[in-house]
Amino acid sequence: MHKFLDNRNVLGLLFMLPAAALLLMFLTYPLGLGLWLGFTDARIGRAGHWVGLENFESLLGDALARLSLFNTLFYTVVASVVKFMLGLWLAMLLNRSLPCKAFLRAVVLLPFIVPTALSAIAFWWIYDAQFSVVSWAFARMGVIDHYINFLGDPWMARMSVIIANVWRGVPFVAICLLAGLQTISPSLYEAASLDGATEWQKFRYVTLPMLTPIIAVVMTFSVLFTFTDFQLIYVLTRGGPLNATHLMATLSFQRAIPGGNLGEGAALAIAMVPFLLAAILFSYFGLQRRAWQQGGGDK
Amino acid sequence: MTERTEDTRGMDYLESLPRRWVTLYLPLGGFLFVLLFPFYWMTMTSFKPDAELLSRDANPFWIQHPTIAHFEKLLFHTSYPEWMWNTIIVSVVATFVSLIASVFAAYAIERLRFRGSKSVGMAIFLAYLVPPSILFIPLAAIVVELGLFDTRWALMLTYPTFLIPFCTWLLMGYFRSIPYELEECALIDGATRWQILTKIILPLAVPGLISAGIFAFTLSWNEFIYALTFISSSEVKTVPVGVVTELVEGDVYHWGALMAGALLGSLPVAVLYSFFVEYYVAGLTGGVKE
Repeated sequence: MHKFLDNRNVLGLLFMLPAAALLLMFLTYPLGLGLWLGFTDARIGRAGHWVGLENFESLLGDALARLSLFNTLFYTVVASVVKFMLGLWLAMLLNRSLPCKAFLRAVVLLPFIVPTALSAIAFWWIYDAQFSVVSWAFARMGVIDHYINFLGDPWMARMSVIIANVWRGVPFVAICLLAGLQTISPSLYEAASLDGATEWQKFRYVTLPMLTPIIAVVMTFSVLFTFTDFQLIYVLTRGGPLNATHLMATLSFQRAIPGGNLGEGAALAIAMVPFLLAAILFSYFGLQRRAWQQGGGDK
Repeated sequence: MTERTEDTRGMDYLESLPRRWVTLYLPLGGFLFVLLFPFYWMTMTSFKPDAELLSRDANPFWIQHPTIAHFEKLLFHTSYPEWMWNTIIVSVVATFVSLIASVFAAYAIERLRFRGSKSVGMAIFLAYLVPPSILFIPLAAIVVELGLFDTRWALMLTYPTFLIPFCTWLLMGYFRSIPYELEECALIDGATRWQILTKIILPLAVPGLISAGIFAFTLSWNEFIYALTFISSSEVKTVPVGVVTELVEGDVYHWGALMAGALLGSLPVAVLYSFFVEYYVAGLTGGVKE
């Protein structure tokens, strides 16, 4: 018995058991089941029948599904780009010598750790059509003469949810990039200064290349979270006005759970996968190339 | 990391004070203002009487007549305390289940190096990239089939699906940093694998365990889509879902109570986080750096 347990293959299997059981049951199996559901006409409480590509065909012809794809891409691209730029800027500010640096860093991360659904409610109140504090402040300053309809107009609503998403995502990007900045040796900057590099050149030719691997990973996660975002939209607009903020995740929820059409919801979820894979592969290969350029070995 | 601040930018003293204000303090102040304003606003709103909330004339940034009526309403006239209790119990159980499963898995992958451990490690990382919003539909079907629909078990058993991959990945990194020699010595002295794990590896990996635990706890506390889909009765809801679905009924929004609910629901994670900031940041950046 003892001998048997000393075998690393047996013991390894035994140690893997709890994690493997949970993940196979609630991750791998549902992934497969989701794929299957996407090709059936399953409804809540009724097992589905195989319908082939019917769900995907109807989604292609569905103007709302196409709009949700556009919304998702727009939301992801704009929010990710803004998050990256602001996050990098904030990280570089926090990397300078500052009083109470540890405290500042802790405070900056707050938007990321509180429940998104709850901070989204705060944004909902800030965006209120009649009592928005932002409108109040602008009106007092004389910038606007009537209150802004943040969530009532399609493009305004798209921008408003993007701002809320950026607010939540910037701390994550900034803190991760800050960790990357702290690993860059100061001697590189000293050498660059001695060679007469300007601030911009130091940023362009020292900071950016040294940071690329971490940027790739952080942005992959950021894109992944943004593309599959659900709760922010669900709380702020439920996809409105005129479905202008419906993302693929919220539409898939609406079709599957309140709508009861599991098959179509699952098909929408499957339709998200190629985009996610593309984002992951893009950053993975971007990352590898940079590692090689910096003289790092192949893994 | 903080000790190094002195020499990271050794030439900062060359910068004139006005320039420092424009390039550093002003933008930083702007960031802090925007990032913290929603919290300030939540707090202000939750202590304001309704009359003040709905008046356009009063200065909205301050409270004239603070009141705790919204908190009273929340705690004694809604199911809020139950939601709080559900969130706590679900988060604690999910976190502990995930931590235990992850410790064994990470140790097996990183140290036992059984046949196929490399690919299992890779699979764990890939599992980490599967977003809940593409899993919730089939998971809902499974939860119904298992008879777990509308119970806390549905959440306690599904949360580990996104916690275990993260915790395992993080702990693998920690275990890797513990020298092999320690284990070899113990093996030569006749220790069993179980003794090695509990007496040598775990005590050395305590910071990693705390990081993973804090991270897992905040992730479970913040989880929304599974809790929204798998739960329908008010008495088993979690705080985020309860506040969003039950306090937002009707045409008249009770902003005071909503903000009080958001504030109370955010406080536990914020307080916990403030005690373990360093561990949390280590977990966050550790997960990204690997």
